[in-house]
Amino acid sequence: MNQQITGAEALMRSLEHQGVTTLFGYPGGSIMPTFDALYHHKDTLNHILVRHEQGATHAAQGFARVSGEVGVCLVTSGPGATNTLTGIADAMIDSTPIVVISGQTPTSMLGTDAFQEVDLVSVTQPITKWSYQIRSAKDVALAVARAFFLAKNGRPGPVVLDFTKNAQTEMVDYEPMTVDFVRSYDTNPDPKEGALEAAAALINQAERPLVLVGQGVELGDAQTELKSLVEKADLPCGCTLLGLSALPTEHPLNMGMLGMHGNLAPNVKTNECDVLIAVGMRFDDRVTGNTATYAKQAKVIHLDIDPSEFNKNIAVDVPVLGNCKRTLKALTELVNEAKHTTWIESFAEYDKVEQARVIEPEIHPTSGPLNMGEVVRAVSEATNNEAILVTDVGQNQMMAARYFNYSKNRSIVTSGGLGTMGFGMPAAIGATFGRPDRTVCVFMGDGGFQMNIQELGTIMEQQAPVKMILMNNNYLGNVRQWQAMFFGRRYSFTPMMNPDYMQIASAYNIPARRVAEREELQDAIREMLATDGPFILEACVIEEGNVMPMTPPGGTVDKMMLEC
Amino acid sequence: MKTLYTLIVHSENIAGLLNQVTAVFTRRQINIESLNVSASSIKGIHKYTITAWCTEDEIKKVVKQIERKVDVLQANYFTDAEIYQHEIALYKLATPGFQANPVASKIIRRHAARVVEVNPTFCIVEKNGMSEEITSLYEELQQFGIVLQFVRSGRVAISTSCFERLNEYLAFREEKYNKEKKDEKYD
Ligand SMILES: Cc1ncc(C[n+]2csc(CCOP(=O)(O)OP(=O)(O)O)c2C)c(N)n1
Ligand SMILES: [Mg+2]
Repeated sequence: MNQQITGAEALMRSLEHQGVTTLFGYPGGSIMPTFDALYHHKDTLNHILVRHEQGATHAAQGFARVSGEVGVCLVTSGPGATNTLTGIADAMIDSTPIVVISGQTPTSMLGTDAFQEVDLVSVTQPITKWSYQIRSAKDVALAVARAFFLAKNGRPGPVVLDFTKNAQTEMVDYEPMTVDFVRSYDTNPDPKEGALEAAAALINQAERPLVLVGQGVELGDAQTELKSLVEKADLPCGCTLLGLSALPTEHPLNMGMLGMHGNLAPNVKTNECDVLIAVGMRFDDRVTGNTATYAKQAKVIHLDIDPSEFNKNIAVDVPVLGNCKRTLKALTELVNEAKHTTWIESFAEYDKVEQARVIEPEIHPTSGPLNMGEVVRAVSEATNNEAILVTDVGQNQMMAARYFNYSKNRSIVTSGGLGTMGFGMPAAIGATFGRPDRTVCVFMGDGGFQMNIQELGTIMEQQAPVKMILMNNNYLGNVRQWQAMFFGRRYSFTPMMNPDYMQIASAYNIPARRVAEREELQDAIREMLATDGPFILEACVIEEGNVMPMTPPGGTVDKMMLEC
Repeated sequence: MKTLYTLIVHSENIAGLLNQVTAVFTRRQINIESLNVSASSIKGIHKYTITAWCTEDEIKKVVKQIERKVDVLQANYFTDAEIYQHEIALYKLATPGFQANPVASKIIRRHAARVVEVNPTFCIVEKNGMSEEITSLYEELQQFGIVLQFVRSGRVAISTSCFERLNEYLAFREEKYNKEKKDEKYD
């Protein structure tokens, strides 16, 4: 007979069995037996001690988004567990595979309002794919196997394992387990019969097709399949915020970013196309604006792995269920080679307008303070457009997304659906562990930088090579912009007093530089990239800059404002 | 147009699923009229029968969002024409008032209800039937002012179609899994 081991040790072996190498966590009372077991697995399981459990979840998200692996968090019960909620909700809405393992009160004390008891399973049910309480050591192997299977298969998402203390200490015979089938959940669903043919027929008849590229393409690892389809049938594309790196920026069929602060041409053309082909995207309101005036003229084809997305926000003519790696491939075989030259050329007219009125003044100003866009573009070019872009939330996020260029897959990590300020810094830490071979640049605002500023401690300790670009405008800029545009310039609690970030950097022993002059920008970026390990570049940018163009909330996608 | 839909959900028998199912209604601001949860005819599988007034567009979205829960096997919605449904109701009547009104016992007989308990203070009447019948018996008895309490179960319902969706679903899942396994082997 096997030697019996503790439930905590069973967890370690189960994680190793799943191929886990990196964990982000923070210890506490009810997870101590597990941290004790971890002590003996330091060689195989690299545990990154964060400074706040929210940081652990965003780090796990960053890790998952760039590597395609499951991100793992290990936290204690009660406050440790509740601190993970924002990251779990963020992972749910952005379909990011993470597994959060939290300690829990012993089973015998559940329901007694015991010290640090929170009913985590109930609390997390609406924001997880699966949330489960491990009440005995013999459940560990199966629970972990099921958790990883569910987190990464089908439409990915977060899973919570609530690990009672007695289950951590009980002895158990351990056998590694693998789950590859859950009968109630089809992770690889098939399209309805005839759906692919119907979609191909629409595409073959289309004169003005437009593809909307979403994160599903990256999640399904279908970047090549997407390219084959759009090249064969000559289909111009717009990318969602999370889908920006699924097709290289420079690809001739990539017409730019969709959405509220996206590019003019793909937004306007959404309301001119005759066939709209949405791939792995969910018609979020930040993309559609007013749905009553959205793409009414078009036949809509929707490729998605989650059937609940069909007809959720936008009526779909041809739903094509399935992993887009499969469906794109099948569709490519069915469509004809085609050319849509005139239609594609018609995008250029709008590009020219946006270029002249928005982009040029933003990235090549000749006077005045630094602009966010110019900082972003300069960083992007200095990395040869090969870096991973991580962003926080706000104007910095929109500017970074707009002006960064993408040449490789899985190159944008940003909080899309939840819009979580404080996401950037910890997500960037995670990204450096997920892809140690790539440069990771994170753009943050002065507000968001401070929202998980404690993670500078993690960066210091790990020497995580995070290139942090703090775009300091002394405002909660995004909100200030809305106040300027829609609330009569009443700046209600958006001006913000800032600390001296150079002193903060030096307290953490992180090399840093502040730049306010245009002439110094290039050199500062060069220094940042030439420095081994982390770096903070504080760019003092224009205080009242605005992100343009913009579809105001509830507005129509083809009526973007170019200035305000 | 709002219709009374009956939703039948089959799920794995996992604690906490009820919350997840009802939360879908709450999020979409739809009130649940009745809810019944019990073991189904298949071991380890639970059945939820839920009724709610809503539009067809709403019920379609609700069904898909419920089905999206990983432990839910299947969710389907039906109009009253597509199911056979029953409810059970209990009526507690004041015995003196009941005896003073001979018509009351005629009404009970006419409704095919039965008296299951009698004592000097109260008697209990049990009826099963369609929702409207149960309501109308209540209203008729209430004319005499003798109803002390009235409770009704949620609806139980069974589809009247000739094929069994759940069995088919389970067979299909099994078959697909085996096929994928085989494909993997030959890859
Ligand atoms: C946790 C959280 N709180 C509040 C908000 C609302 N919000 C969105 S953008 C923004 C301002 C961000 O300011 P800053 O980080 O300085 O970035 P900027 O817009 O100035 O680039 C705020 C407050 C949010 N998205 N997330
Ligand atoms: Mg700011």
